[in-house]
Amino acid sequence: MRRFSDTSETELSSSRRSFLKIVGGVGAGLTLGINVPVVASQMGGRAGPSVAGENFAPNAFVRIGLDNRVTVVIKHLEMGQGTFTGLATLVAEELDADWKQIDSEGAPADAKRYNNLHWGPMQGTGGSSAIANSYQQMRTAGATARVMLVAAAAQQWSVPASEIQVKQGIVSHQGSGKNATFGELAELAATLPVPDAESIQLKDPSEFTYIGKSLPRKDTGKTDGSATFTQDVQLEGMLTAVVAHPPRFGAKVKSFDAKKALESNRVVDVIEIPSGIAVLAKDYWSAKVARDKLTIDWDEGQAMTRNSAQMMAEYREQSKKKGSLARDDGNTQKALQGAETVIEAFYEFPYLAHAAMEPMNCVALVNRDGCEIWNGEQFQSVDQNNIATLLGIPADKVKLNMMFAGGSFGRRANSDSDYLIEAVQIARAKPGTPVKLVWSREDDMQAGYYRPAYVHRVRGGLDAKGNIVGWEQHIVGQSILAGTVFAGGIKDGVDGSSVEGASTLPYKIPNIRVETTSVEEQVPVLWWRSVGHTHTAFSTETFIDELAAKAGQDPVALRMKLLSDHPRWQGVLQLAADKAGWGKPLPKGWGRGVAVHESFNSYVAQVAEVSVAADGGFKVERVVCAVDCGVAINPDVIRAQMEGGIGFGLSPALMSAITFDNGKVVESNFHNYQVLRINQMPKVEVHIVPSAEPPTGVGEPGVPPIAPAVANALSAVTGKRYHELPIKA
Amino acid sequence: MSSTLSVNGVDHQVDATPDTPLLWVLRDFLNMTGTKFGCGMALCGACTVHLDGQPVRSCSTPLQAAIGKKITTIEGAQSAVAKVVQQAWDEIQVPQCGYCQSGQIMSAVALLERNASPSDADIDSAMSGNICRCNTYQRVRKAIKNAAEQLG
Repeated sequence: MRRFSDTSETELSSSRRSFLKIVGGVGAGLTLGINVPVVASQMGGRAGPSVAGENFAPNAFVRIGLDNRVTVVIKHLEMGQGTFTGLATLVAEELDADWKQIDSEGAPADAKRYNNLHWGPMQGTGGSSAIANSYQQMRTAGATARVMLVAAAAQQWSVPASEIQVKQGIVSHQGSGKNATFGELAELAATLPVPDAESIQLKDPSEFTYIGKSLPRKDTGKTDGSATFTQDVQLEGMLTAVVAHPPRFGAKVKSFDAKKALESNRVVDVIEIPSGIAVLAKDYWSAKVARDKLTIDWDEGQAMTRNSAQMMAEYREQSKKKGSLARDDGNTQKALQGAETVIEAFYEFPYLAHAAMEPMNCVALVNRDGCEIWNGEQFQSVDQNNIATLLGIPADKVKLNMMFAGGSFGRRANSDSDYLIEAVQIARAKPGTPVKLVWSREDDMQAGYYRPAYVHRVRGGLDAKGNIVGWEQHIVGQSILAGTVFAGGIKDGVDGSSVEGASTLPYKIPNIRVETTSVEEQVPVLWWRSVGHTHTAFSTETFIDELAAKAGQDPVALRMKLLSDHPRWQGVLQLAADKAGWGKPLPKGWGRGVAVHESFNSYVAQVAEVSVAADGGFKVERVVCAVDCGVAINPDVIRAQMEGGIGFGLSPALMSAITFDNGKVVESNFHNYQVLRINQMPKVEVHIVPSAEPPTGVGEPGVPPIAPAVANALSAVTGKRYHELPIKA
Repeated sequence: MSSTLSVNGVDHQVDATPDTPLLWVLRDFLNMTGTKFGCGMALCGACTVHLDGQPVRSCSTPLQAAIGKKITTIEGAQSAVAKVVQQAWDEIQVPQCGYCQSGQIMSAVALLERNASPSDADIDSAMSGNICRCNTYQRVRKAIKNAAEQLG
């Protein structure tokens, strides 16, 4: 296996050659005592005694080896968003390391040291928070190591620390002409006291050498097949498991016959677990073939029988009634009654699958010491607790190896730990044997966890002069937070994740009322890259265009006027409009549309150009994107996330939907759950607003504006309005 | 039953049933995990390998169809074209999650082996069978053009 997992066999043996000394902790949220030696096993889950001098590890995030390699421990999951690069950049910057000497390594599960500072005591990745919550923490970690290397050099060379320079991984003293690498100073540095975090001075942004530069990524091995995903974990004696899941949510196994499935000599066992029937075999294909030979009688007495059309019709009726109040500015009812013109729209959004390229999978080993997991691990604290509860063991006996994730888009951050629990259910039946649970694409698409389906009813009123005087919106759909560890995010019947982006509408409109109704369905639901913004950006940004058209106003000009209190929104909007040549002529049959949206404290505007063919078919030709995410840590990674976010958002805009027919998921694979392909990808150009504000995330915020920008561009050509995703032209 | 399979220039004895997809032979019998499982229906291209130089979806190619052919996987992509393609991928920083990239690269190499200067339409046609959920498509296109220029 590649140098990745903290506890892989090869990694363990190499770590035994270079033992660790942990002398303290730095950074907000960390509580390790200063100058108190901590046992090495707490660092990266590694074994071995604390041996001074063989390695320099001033805190939980930085290790410097005698070989002059700097290992940065990354507490967030690398799922493509670039966190192995971004967080390492923060350390390298303050350490003044050579970027080439930096290696990134996934952190073990240990919320005491690796918690997400935005999530309190929880360790996990999500909400585009990795850079934002780590900005000070990782810089402080790097700066602390630098101070100690300088102190070591000062001691060794008997010169004042103030005269020592550090540049590109070289510590030097001009007066004496002495210099040393980090590796050469690591042994001495490891014996020195760790300075107080408060005494650590961080660089002024004007001194940055790495932050703001497009350094190459540190999640390497992805162009030669050597990067190790969970799917690639191979352990001695490991079995592969596949599971036959019920055909409908809510169904259970009544009885099963495994006789034919067990005929193959490569099939080891067939067992019943709460989520279905598991086949264990020596390889995937044998397990899959055996699964197809199972005869299972399902108890469907409690199973779902709903249809998508029925749900949409019910939600639409519900949206006409009163909901729970998420925002109430002024008196919207009165404003709409007194308006010169009122327009109304019902928006419909289907369920969506995450459909990460790596179908869900998990390696689990249960033995008398506890449980060990290999997973694209996004939700450490939740997964640890769920597994520990299932097995009746302490949480710290659940060891989590964070592998590269082949995409997630929210899927791997699941309060139910669904596929991990399934893997452990199987592995506990085979104590001492590692079990790799592999879901097929069909399992991945049909076994649940979807972005919920929603209906929005929106009404807007204009006065005689064309001013927007009232905005009323009612959002109906399943609550993502209900029944999860985040249920506290539901206040007075309002699930914040259902209304975000609508309840936060930034436009200067005197009367705004936003309501929501959470409905109950048997469908398991989950956040999906940009969560509530996936639908609220579409309804708000197309409806504002509709109102602009009614009022005879330019979509950019109207937005600029209504955003006069929001300079960062205006900044991205103006930049995108300027770079796109807003207002300039386009070829016949082409149209331009704009959308601007804030999510996760990042601001993104996009201008889409579409061409409409004679038969009504259309193509998204070009997208100009402007983003303000505060200090731009790595512009190329930011551009990549905007490009990817736009492509990701185009799938639900143009083609993706999960539908139900008599309770069964209709879509099963990429032939009927279509996603964007290269021939459908527009030309994307990304512009980053220079900013000195604290950095915010880029994983999700590129997604919300694209669907409304495309719909608005289409409307500019056809004159029709689009209230449904995927767009039916 | 045992079959002889030529993978990346090396013969391997494989004890798998003839209908076992080549993908799972590579991954589970030969421990070559660079070739990825994405859909199992030749819809996503993550499992792309070369069979006598032609790109095929190994998830839908039974073992028996690969016997006697020269199989090249991402681990054995060593041709001049392959090296330039991989370099271009690194230079353009194409991968995000990276899971589909073995397949993307194998499709791109096959394209450039037979077409030294592909147009946008050629790239669409050769690469539209490879899904990337991170949507790195713009960079895939750029990297192919960059590689074509260097090979030119």
